Amino acid sequence: MEIQSNLFEMIGIEENETDVISRPRVGYLADAWRRFKLNKVAVVAMIILAILIFMVLFGQAISGYNFSDMDKTARNLAPNGSHWFGTDKLGRDTFARVWQGGRISLAIGVIGALVSTVVGCLYGGIAAYIGGVVDDVMMRIVEILISVPYLIVVILMSVILQSKSVGTLLLAMTITSWCGMARFIHAQMLQIKGQEYILAAQVLGERRWRIVTKHMIPNTLSVVIVSITFDIPGYIFSEAFLSFIGLGVQSPDTSWGALVSEAQSTFIFYPYQLLFPALMIALTMLSFTLMGDGLRDALDPKLRK
Amino acid sequence: MSKYILKRVLYMFLTLFIVTTLTFFLMRSIPGDPLASMAQALPDQIRANFLAKYGLDKPLFEQYLLYLKGLIHLDLGDSVVYAGRSVSETIRTTSPVSGFVGGIALFIGVGIGSLLGIVAALNKNKWPDFLVIFIAVLGVSVPAFVLAALLQMIFAARLGLLPSSGWGGAKYCILPIVVLCLGPIASYARYVKSSMLDTLDQDYIMTARAKGMSESRVIRKHVLRNSMLPAVTLFGGSVVGVFTGSFVIEKMFSIPGIGFYYINSINNNDYTMILGTTIFYATLFVVMQLIVDCVYVVIDPRIRITGEKI
Repeated sequence: MEIQSNLFEMIGIEENETDVISRPRVGYLADAWRRFKLNKVAVVAMIILAILIFMVLFGQAISGYNFSDMDKTARNLAPNGSHWFGTDKLGRDTFARVWQGGRISLAIGVIGALVSTVVGCLYGGIAAYIGGVVDDVMMRIVEILISVPYLIVVILMSVILQSKSVGTLLLAMTITSWCGMARFIHAQMLQIKGQEYILAAQVLGERRWRIVTKHMIPNTLSVVIVSITFDIPGYIFSEAFLSFIGLGVQSPDTSWGALVSEAQSTFIFYPYQLLFPALMIALTMLSFTLMGDGLRDALDPKLRK
Repeated sequence: MSKYILKRVLYMFLTLFIVTTLTFFLMRSIPGDPLASMAQALPDQIRANFLAKYGLDKPLFEQYLLYLKGLIHLDLGDSVVYAGRSVSETIRTTSPVSGFVGGIALFIGVGIGSLLGIVAALNKNKWPDFLVIFIAVLGVSVPAFVLAALLQMIFAARLGLLPSSGWGGAKYCILPIVVLCLGPIASYARYVKSSMLDTLDQDYIMTARAKGMSESRVIRKHVLRNSMLPAVTLFGGSVVGVFTGSFVIEKMFSIPGIGFYYINSINNNDYTMILGTTIFYATLFVVMQLIVDCVYVVIDPRIRITGEKI
């Protein structure tokens, strides 16, 4: 059979169809969420965190006790029907105290991580953006601050600031902690600055401000989110440490660290007083660490296939 | 290389100078100085002598210069709370105790941690890997003081095998060392594992296998050497981690180490002691980092070849 040219039809190119994307566009966060959901461990960690946050907010109300109300007739009780986690040496309900303490512990973790991240990002970003001598001086300052052991700085600041409110505690804890973030963001920014797509944007005449907001910030966002999830348990840990040595949250306020510290002296006789706050610390740290691992895998574009 | 070290040493002294200066003035700025309140109750003549003894009768800047002068001679002044106890002397007698316990814990922790990391990397996604991940995550998420309390309860109170606290023999060291080495075990296991996995992905490993090298030789000659290098950078932090971690541990186990006295001085507002110990810790940290960085340059030829860009 002979193939004749009239069997064929000229279709041509539809001008309008060249720009049509064959698959639906998946946004950055939707894509990350899709990959995050595949990681079962991270999802479980997130659910545990959600439960913890719910209990921290409403646990005290559920227990029916106020965290600072004392009951002389019910001291050092073991967990039972009316006091689910038992009571401490002043007859205060441990269930209510654990969740009330969690409020301060979690708040310190989240606020501390956010403050140090924002300050660190601004500082590192500005240094990398300006460059030159300013950059050198700014980063040199960071290196000096970073070379003092963190816990020593925190202890020193708590001693110097004297007042033992949560605000000053946060100040003491964040006063040098942003340095690590600043150095990290600085390195990230310099790396991104050298990438071809930034050059392309510059060649296309994109304004500097738009390059920063459209290209540089979104490309560092993933590492920033991941580092926040890893920082939060670090702050909870430091707070617990400070409360344990008597520099942290002061009575009548309480935190998981303070609860553990209180319970430690009578631990051999009343182990459950220490057990519950310690369990909450461990659970929170564990969940944040595992969720951070999952987020890192989900957000890191380098791991995409 | 020598230029690099010289530069680093100069920066080290600059850092220590700044830390000392800041700490000194910050500590002096605290309202309610224990010395000042102590002096208030004294008769005039005695108060003058008292202030003169601690150098508080001089202007602040002169006090600072005197302190720096003392620092050069390793004299950090006297304790404010315990009359006649010199800060330098306290550090000299207590730091070996901390160094001993911390050193052993670090040695064991780094060893076991690296070993676990290697085992996990070689058995990726099999049960040894999951076990190691479990240990590492546990080590990161259980605070040391909780673990210490737990061990004290099990081994001292219930089983009666080991003393719960105190100092004076090998059996007093076991529990603190176990608690202290858990941190390094967790961090090294994680770090060595990811470093090993990175190395296993490298092209030169494939080349070595393609050339028919036996698997054990590939691991020993190529993977281990290259993946253990980055772990060296962790070491400076681990030393400080063990030292600062020992604050609580020494207090809980009543070990007469420097951390024990540091916590005590914080609770007593013993300012000269806090000042002196802070400077001591900062020096230790900075010197350790310098040593680690220098060692790293020596053992990793890649940095030497790329030159001064460190």
